[in-house]
Amino acid sequence: MAARRSGSRAPKGASSLEPLLAAKEIVICCGSGGVGKTTTAAALAAMAAANLGGKVLVITVDPARRLANALGLERFGNVETQIRPEHFAAAGVAEPRGELWAAMLDTKQSWDELVRAHAPDAATRDAILANPLYANITSRFVQSHDYIAMERLYEIHASGRYDLILVDTPPTRNAIDFLEAPERMADFFSSRLLRWLTVPARSRVFTMASKPFYTVADRILGTQFLQDIAEFFLLFQTMYDGFVERARAVTRTLSDKRTTFVVVSTLEPSPVRETEFFVDALSDRKLHLGAVVLNKVLPDWFRDRDATAVAHRMSTDPAGLAKAVTEAPGGAGIGAPDQVARVLAEVGESFLNFQVVATREDEQRAELAAVADVVATIPYADHDITDLAGLLELGSWLWR
Amino acid sequence: MASPVPPTDLLDRRLLFVTGKGGVGKTSIAAALGSLAASQGRRTLLCEVDTKGDIAGAFETAPTEFREREVAPGLLAMTMDTEASLKEYLGLQLKLPLLARLGPLARTFDFVANAAPGVKEILTVGKLCYEVRERHYDLVVVDAPASGHIVGQLAAPEAINDLVKVGLVRDQTGWMLDILGDAPTTGVVVVATPEEMPVNETLELTVRLREETVVDLAAVVVNRVLPELFTRGEEKIFRELRRPDRTEDLAAAVGVPDPGGGPGRGSVEPLLDGAELAVKLRRTRAEHLGALREGLPPGTQLLYVPELFQRSHGVRATRQIAEALGAELGY
Repeated sequence: MAARRSGSRAPKGASSLEPLLAAKEIVICCGSGGVGKTTTAAALAAMAAANLGGKVLVITVDPARRLANALGLERFGNVETQIRPEHFAAAGVAEPRGELWAAMLDTKQSWDELVRAHAPDAATRDAILANPLYANITSRFVQSHDYIAMERLYEIHASGRYDLILVDTPPTRNAIDFLEAPERMADFFSSRLLRWLTVPARSRVFTMASKPFYTVADRILGTQFLQDIAEFFLLFQTMYDGFVERARAVTRTLSDKRTTFVVVSTLEPSPVRETEFFVDALSDRKLHLGAVVLNKVLPDWFRDRDATAVAHRMSTDPAGLAKAVTEAPGGAGIGAPDQVARVLAEVGESFLNFQVVATREDEQRAELAAVADVVATIPYADHDITDLAGLLELGSWLWR
Repeated sequence: MASPVPPTDLLDRRLLFVTGKGGVGKTSIAAALGSLAASQGRRTLLCEVDTKGDIAGAFETAPTEFREREVAPGLLAMTMDTEASLKEYLGLQLKLPLLARLGPLARTFDFVANAAPGVKEILTVGKLCYEVRERHYDLVVVDAPASGHIVGQLAAPEAINDLVKVGLVRDQTGWMLDILGDAPTTGVVVVATPEEMPVNETLELTVRLREETVVDLAAVVVNRVLPELFTRGEEKIFRELRRPDRTEDLAAAVGVPDPGGGPGRGSVEPLLDGAELAVKLRRTRAEHLGALREGLPPGTQLLYVPELFQRSHGVRATRQIAEALGAELGY
């Protein structure tokens, strides 16, 4: 344990993400909900734009208004917007070496664009866009968010407009859902059941395999709904080849050498469990784990042994200490001894409270340090990020 | 729509969906609510919808399954499994010769769940409403999906009504909507922490619940509220103690030598810094809490759960949170 105060020193196992961002073209920030994925992605993008150069894009799925404001944008849109250099100047970076761009993922709009790109003709395109099931599937079908995020990432990357793209992932029920989304989408469109369903009812040839399917599906959903679904998928099938090819390309992008994953976590037990699970999932799929970023970590001086001794002193003998302090030369001006004693007791107890959490966190950190080469730590912030300076300050913890 | 007069007692409802932004402690609160209800002699079912296994962690038991199991006296826990729910439903409602149809059923399910919007959701909501309708329990507490997904789940019966005109699924939505839309029976508990994003998401969710679902907002639980460290007078004293000469006096009184050989303040300063951090955090969170109070519909029941500074998350933490909630509810 460090004997000296070490609040400003990066904790053990810390490392910089600079080499990673300099080497990769796509950085996917993932992790469980509420750990700070969006902020981390934006902070890394700001650091890369300020220090590495090139065109850097951050795509967020989280419409955090304050983050948009922090980047100097009125609001995020599906269209990529450049963060004006003045905002860097205001944040103390007179000459950023590159450009910072930002965009938000609008699921519905992105699906519409995809349909426009792949529909064989205007009539089919309009029929799909007007189909009630289409609206429902694109807005409610949870996996459609996962898929479209990866799809859009692929499209922007393939356009070659950016040197580096950072993306935060949608808040999935399960962190690996989005990894499987492109594959599942391809599987889905090529599934046998879908083919059965899209055979017009009058020409259905019931086989031993398909008859029970129709029986069960009809009884659960009703014939009319099945026909609605069938009509929708018949329309959609006109885009089948383009779509499946596309989904496979998206999958390839995820495992491309130029792509890396940054897993963001806090040191709470549940996100840590999910992080470990996610790291395994990446490894199983031979995807590149670039770094683990630990967010909202308490300063390690909460575990300092000397400070702990002092904290015990303060909470067990606050009156004695208060007496000594107020009786020191000029000490009477501090306040009434009993009030001073209460303050000291609070200070000591508060320290010990936070220490319980800091100690637990340190154990979790040690466990995570074993699974990743690069483990960077962002300390607990006592204020919200309201501007680019705040993002860069946060990002600087990942850059040392 | 939801009836205007909410019941006075949260736990008198029969079905509570506990939701909130990821990371706010939704599962802990759901587990604690279940635990509190059971400790009052209510036969309670706790249902985990996302299969993350955190409910098992809250009671330090083996992983929960679709088949409910007692995890504490009077408290049963289960994990939602839509495929198992469909099988149960078919077995109960259709009297299908199930064994003969398991193969096609599995494939049909795969298709139905993935392609037909709302079906997976309605199997979840349907199972929960079924337990309520059959009065198997006094209270069903659902560790529901996070705020991004809960509306889709609760609105599923109406979505199905819009899309599906006939068929067995359609036939089932009416009684589900009756249960979901009856405020004395069913409510949503939104969990938030006094931080920017969770507060924003909570406020957005309450609007969406009102506009897109029939379900009543039962309460908002504010989790991890930090204690007020100092009164105003005490804070003045604290500021005095932060003056270098005062800090030196304090260090001398404590008698722990300065490890860095500095001006004799080194051993005391981390404590003052720690208290400073606590004060600032509390202040930032108080602002967010203010925004939450202001933005919620008037009369929304707010329950506060303090930051517990726990060593671990398990039975003991669940009990502590249950006690805090019990105190807030006036038990």
